[in-house]
Amino acid sequence: MTAEIIVVTSGKGGVGKTTTSASLATGLAMAGKKTAVIDFDVGLRNLDLIMGCERRVVYDFVNVVHGEATLKQSLIKDKRYDNLYVLAASQTRDKDALTMEGVEKVLDGLSEEGFEYVVCDSPAGIEKGAHLAMYFADHAVVVVNPEVSSVRDSDRILGLLASKTRRAEKGESPVTQHLLLTRYNPARVAIGEMLSVKDVEEILGIEVVGVIPESENVLTASNNGIPVIVDAASQAGQAYSDTVARILGEERPLRFIDVPKKGFLQRVFGG
Amino acid sequence: MGILDFLKRKPEATASVARERLRIIVAQERSTRGAPDYLPMMRNELLEVIKKYVHVDLEAISINFERDSGHEILELSVTLPEGKQAARSETKGEAKTG
Repeated sequence: MTAEIIVVTSGKGGVGKTTTSASLATGLAMAGKKTAVIDFDVGLRNLDLIMGCERRVVYDFVNVVHGEATLKQSLIKDKRYDNLYVLAASQTRDKDALTMEGVEKVLDGLSEEGFEYVVCDSPAGIEKGAHLAMYFADHAVVVVNPEVSSVRDSDRILGLLASKTRRAEKGESPVTQHLLLTRYNPARVAIGEMLSVKDVEEILGIEVVGVIPESENVLTASNNGIPVIVDAASQAGQAYSDTVARILGEERPLRFIDVPKKGFLQRVFGG
Repeated sequence: MGILDFLKRKPEATASVARERLRIIVAQERSTRGAPDYLPMMRNELLEVIKKYVHVDLEAISINFERDSGHEILELSVTLPEGKQAARSETKGEAKTG
């Protein structure tokens, strides 16, 4: 059995790739899928913190690629879901420590171990690390903020997914593209200050797979090292749950994209 | 709108500006995606030549690159300014930037 490989990418940094990778992987595990999430940002390890396993990293991705540790030794089992594993990035090596052959070997190894999904958390940019993270992908989640530089960069990434991946080079069916709009603020959209879901969809010519509202719960979750999807009471968590369900083929309407109705006092005094 | 809202500074509705700018730049970048690296330089040199005869801006020149099965099409279009007065006949070619 071959694992489905999902890359989480964006081009621009700071748009929510790692937050998304953590919640997507956790959501897949919650849906009963055996899932691994890999941090491709060699030299700037961060996924471990968002997943809350930073103190349990012994061996990392680069160690496995270089044969210094086995895959089994390096996979960190999640505290909450026993079908979820994290493979951390190296903090000490540089980005050249990863090779195409090495990455392929690790991905094949994960398939042999019975993993159904592998989530690849891409570094920012369009250089080697980002290229390696997307190369073997079957699906891509392109994370975009409703902001000009992020939208432009994501269009560039969509172009690379269509040309610089194994599927593209081998002439196989293309990588399935999913656009995920994060840090969305419906109130600012309503008064014309922020690009809307429709604007972004029209500019990029692709429908969104989900919209994650800007939410204080995202920072709280990262402070605690708990992926925000686990916080089922938060809008961001629920929006991620919907997104994972859609990636798994379920149809769900978009939520949290309109301004909530204000109460009487709020209407009088603003706020 | 609350009755106290007028006290707050009202930010401008700039999303439409962002949308138009993105529409143009994304279309332009898609049209030259996978095209040879020399295109931007060629565009600038063409501009210099055209400027000797007609005053046009860089934005007036658009280059489209298409790859069909077997052949490549390089499409160049120059939007000339409206009206005869805008056209210049001098061939000195002032080094005017802008």
